[in-house]
Amino acid sequence: MSQEGRERTDGDSGESATGGDATYEQARWAAGETYEPLLIEKDATSVSVDSSLPDELTRDELELPDLREPEVARHYTRLSQMNYGVESGPIPLGSCTMKYNPKFTEDVAAHRGNRVHPLRADDDKQGILRLLYELQETLATIGGMDAVTLQPPAGAAGEFTGIQVAKAYHEANGEDRSEVIVPESAHGTNFASAAMAGYDVVELPSNEDGRVEVDALEAAVGPETALLMLTNPNTLGLFERSIEEIADIVHDAGGLLYYDGANLNSLLGKARPGDMGFDIMHFNLHKTFATPHGGGGPGQGPIGVRSDLAPFLPTPQVREGKDGYDTYGPDHSIGRVHEFVGNWLVLVKAYAYILRHGDEGLENVSETAVLNANYLAERIEYDVPYGPFHHEFVASADADAADVAKGMLDHGVHPPTTKWPEIVDEALMTEPTETESKARLDDLAAAFNAVAATDPEELAETPTTTTARRIDQASAARNPVLSWHALE
Amino acid sequence: MPYATHSGEERSAMLDTVGVADPDDLFDIPESVRFDGDYGIEAHSERATKAAVEGILDESPALSEFLGGGHYDHYVPSVVDHLSLRSEFLTSYTQYQPEVDQGFLQALFEFQSLVSELTGLDVANCSMYDRSTAVGEAILLADRVRATDGDEVLVPESLPDRVRSVLENYADGPDIVIDTYPTAAGTVDVDGLADRIDADTSMVYAATPNARGLLEPDLDAVGDLADDHDALFCVGSDAVALGLLEPPAAYGADVVVGDASVLGLPTTYGMGLGLFACREEFLRQVPGRLVGAGTDDAGKRAYTLTLQTREQHIRRERATSNICTNQAWLALRAAIHAAWLGPDGLVDLAEECVTGIAEACERIDALDGFDAPVYDGHHFREALVDVDDPAGVVDHCRQAGIALRTVEDGSTERLAVCVTDTNREQVEELVDALAGYGGGA
Repeated sequence: MSQEGRERTDGDSGESATGGDATYEQARWAAGETYEPLLIEKDATSVSVDSSLPDELTRDELELPDLREPEVARHYTRLSQMNYGVESGPIPLGSCTMKYNPKFTEDVAAHRGNRVHPLRADDDKQGILRLLYELQETLATIGGMDAVTLQPPAGAAGEFTGIQVAKAYHEANGEDRSEVIVPESAHGTNFASAAMAGYDVVELPSNEDGRVEVDALEAAVGPETALLMLTNPNTLGLFERSIEEIADIVHDAGGLLYYDGANLNSLLGKARPGDMGFDIMHFNLHKTFATPHGGGGPGQGPIGVRSDLAPFLPTPQVREGKDGYDTYGPDHSIGRVHEFVGNWLVLVKAYAYILRHGDEGLENVSETAVLNANYLAERIEYDVPYGPFHHEFVASADADAADVAKGMLDHGVHPPTTKWPEIVDEALMTEPTETESKARLDDLAAAFNAVAATDPEELAETPTTTTARRIDQASAARNPVLSWHALE
Repeated sequence: MPYATHSGEERSAMLDTVGVADPDDLFDIPESVRFDGDYGIEAHSERATKAAVEGILDESPALSEFLGGGHYDHYVPSVVDHLSLRSEFLTSYTQYQPEVDQGFLQALFEFQSLVSELTGLDVANCSMYDRSTAVGEAILLADRVRATDGDEVLVPESLPDRVRSVLENYADGPDIVIDTYPTAAGTVDVDGLADRIDADTSMVYAATPNARGLLEPDLDAVGDLADDHDALFCVGSDAVALGLLEPPAAYGADVVVGDASVLGLPTTYGMGLGLFACREEFLRQVPGRLVGAGTDDAGKRAYTLTLQTREQHIRRERATSNICTNQAWLALRAAIHAAWLGPDGLVDLAEECVTGIAEACERIDALDGFDAPVYDGHHFREALVDVDDPAGVVDHCRQAGIALRTVEDGSTERLAVCVTDTNREQVEELVDALAGYGGGA
C-alpha cells in the first residue's frame, strides 16, 4: 500500500474513527423472542388427505403451517429484514461480482411474452427464438467466439458443458486425453467440473507474481492434456500477460484452452477471450450482465466456442432462416445439459442489460470496475500483495480473516470473500464492482481500516450488531439439523 | 451510465489516488491482445430498451397451451412476486456471512423442511437446477455409494429423450451405462424390470406421475426389486403431486428428485427448480447446498450453510458436485407459494390436477375419432389421446389458437394433453377445436 493511499482527508469522505458513513442496520431479534419463529412454529396443521384417488396411492396426512396471507407476508418481510442485500450496502465478495441490479429488467422479465411453454412449435415462439438468437450472436461478439449455446443453467454447468464439448472434440479426432490442468488459484468449480467429466485434475502452481508459471505449464502439458482452464484476469485480479505464450504451449500439445468467464466484467470493450487464444469460454450472465443472484441463484452460464468446436454444442441451437428462426441439433452434439434452456428469465434480463448499455456503456462498466478495485486497494491499510489489479484484489489480513470479516459486519458493510485463494495468507478477496460510488468505497475502506486498528481479542467477539451473533458452524456441521422435523 | 456512476470530479480524485491519468491505463493487457473494434451495440434509454425487448417477446403469439411434458403452469399468487422481489432477497449473494443472512437461510431451511415433509426423507438440499439435472446428480450419488461393481442405471423406456440426454452427459464421466426397462400399459412392467435388473445395476429410476401422465400403481414392487439387488431406488415426482401422493420414503425410495418449479414459478420457457432428497445415510454424499440450524454465541437458534466440506470451494475435485450457484431464489418462491397454499390448499391444487385431466379425457373421448385416455389408470395433469393423424390435429388446433403436441409412444404417434388450474377453463375451447377437426375428417 502506498503512502499516498494512507494520506487522506477524512473531511472529504465523511469518515469517522470507527467506520464510514455506512448506515446499514440489521433487523434484530424482537424483544422477548429468541428468533423469528419458523412458520411451523406459528401453526402446524395436519390435514387428512381426501382424494378421488385410491387410498393406496395417497398419503394419509400432510403437515404444513396453515396461515392466512397477512401472516405469510409478515413472515417473509421480516425474513427479508434479517438479510443483507446489495441495496442494504456494498457486497465486495471477490469473484462473485455482485452488483446493483437495475429494476427495469424485472419489469421486462414480468412481460407476458415470457410466458411461453418450451415445447411449443418453433413457429409459435418466434419472439423467444429471436431473443435467444440475438443474445447468442451478441455474446459471441463480446467473447470473440464463433458460436454460443445459451443452455447451461449456471457457471459451473457451463464449465461442465464446455469440458464435455472438448471431450467430444478430442474423441472425434481419435484422441483420448485424460487430464485437465487448473491453476491453484482457480475457482473450485473448475476442479469439480473437470472431475465430474471424468478427468484427472493437474494443479498448476502460481509464480511469484501470482500468475501462471510458464515453465511449470510446459512441464505439465503433454499428450494427456485435454484442456487448460484459466480465469483471466485471475482470482487475484491479475491479468495473465503471457496469455499468448500459454495458448501456444497448450495448442502445440494438442490441448484446448478454456476461459472461465467469472471475471469478464473487467474486460468488456478492452479485450476478448477469443482474441487471446481461448477455444472455449463460459459467461456468467448473473455476474457480468447484472441478473440478481437471489441468494445464490438462479444463474446462467452460456458457453462460446471456436468454429471447429461448434458442431459439438448442446442441442437445440437457434438459427435464423428466410422465414424466421428455428431450432436444430448440431451434427455431433453432446446432447443436452438441461431439460430446456436453463433459466430463461436470466437470459431476458441479460439481453435487456446489454441493450441498455451499448458498446460505450459496457466499456464504462469495466473501466469503473477496475478503477474501483484499484482505488479501494489503495485506500486500505492491509497489505495487498501482487498487482497491478483488474476488477479485484486480495489483501492479506494480519489477523484471522474470519474475525476481520465479522468485525466488518459491525461497521455496517458486508466483508469480502475470506481465506481464499489460499496462496495469500488470511486472504481478503475484495471486489467492489462498478456500481459502488466513491462515497461507498470510502465507507468500505474506513471499515477495513477500523477493523485493522481493532484489538484482536475484541475482534474475536464480533459481530455484535447483527441479527445473530457469531454462529458456531463447526457444531452445526457435527450435528446437522436440516429441517424443522429434526428440531426438538 | 446510470448504474456505474462517478461524477467527473470523483473520478479525477480516484484516478489521482491510484496514480494514473486515465482508467484505461489500469488495464494490464498486452497490446497484441487488446480489442480495438466495437461490438456494434447501440445503447438505449430505459424506456427504449423495454419497448425493444417487449416488442421482440410479443412476436410469439398468445395461445392456449395444453403442453406439459415436464414444464407446468399453475397460478402463482401475487404475494409470491411482491415478497420475493424485495431487494434483500433478490440481490443478496450466497450466504457466506450467515450472521447477516439469517432471513434467506431460514427461508431455505423452511424449503428443505417442505421437501422433507413431501418426500418423507430426512435430508433435502436447497435446490438443483431442474428435474433432469437432479436425476443426473442422483446417478452420481448412486455411483459413489454403490461403488462395488455396479455401473448400470435403469430408466423407463418412456423417459423423454430430453431428460435421457441430460443423464447421458452426467453418466459420461464415471462411465455409467444408462439402460431402459420396459413399460406395459403406460406404467412400469415389473416383470420386465425384474428381467433387466442384476448385480451391475447401481440405480433404478421411476417417476410418478410418469411421462404418460400416469400415477405408478406398484412402486412398492420396484422398491423391493431395487433393494434385492442393492441398487439405489430413485423416485421422480414434483412438489404439487407429492402433496397428494404417498411419500416415496414409505415405499422404499432412497432418493427423491423432481421439480418444485410447479410452485412459485409460472410458465417461463422451461426454468426449473430441481428438488433432491435422500435418506440420512447418504448425508455426506449429498450434492449441492445444505442449510442447517445451529446456535450463535448467545445460544440462540441460527441458520448457516453447513457440511461445506462436501462442496467444490473446499474439496475441489473431490467435491460431491460442482454446484456453486443453484436456484435459491426459486426455492424461496416455492416456499412462499406453499406457505400461502397451506396444507389444504396444496392438497386441493393436487386434486385439481387429478380431476381436471380426467374430465378433459372424458369429454375428448366422447368425440368421434378420439380415444382418451389411451391407458387406463389414474392420471395427473397429463394423458395421451389416440386419433388418426395427430400431427394434423395439432395443426388444426393451432389455427384455433391452441398449442398441443404429439409424442412418440412406442411406435405410435399420439396427442398429449395437459390440464392444470390455469387452463382448465380453456378445455371447452380445446374440445370445440377437436370436435371441429373430427367433423372435417
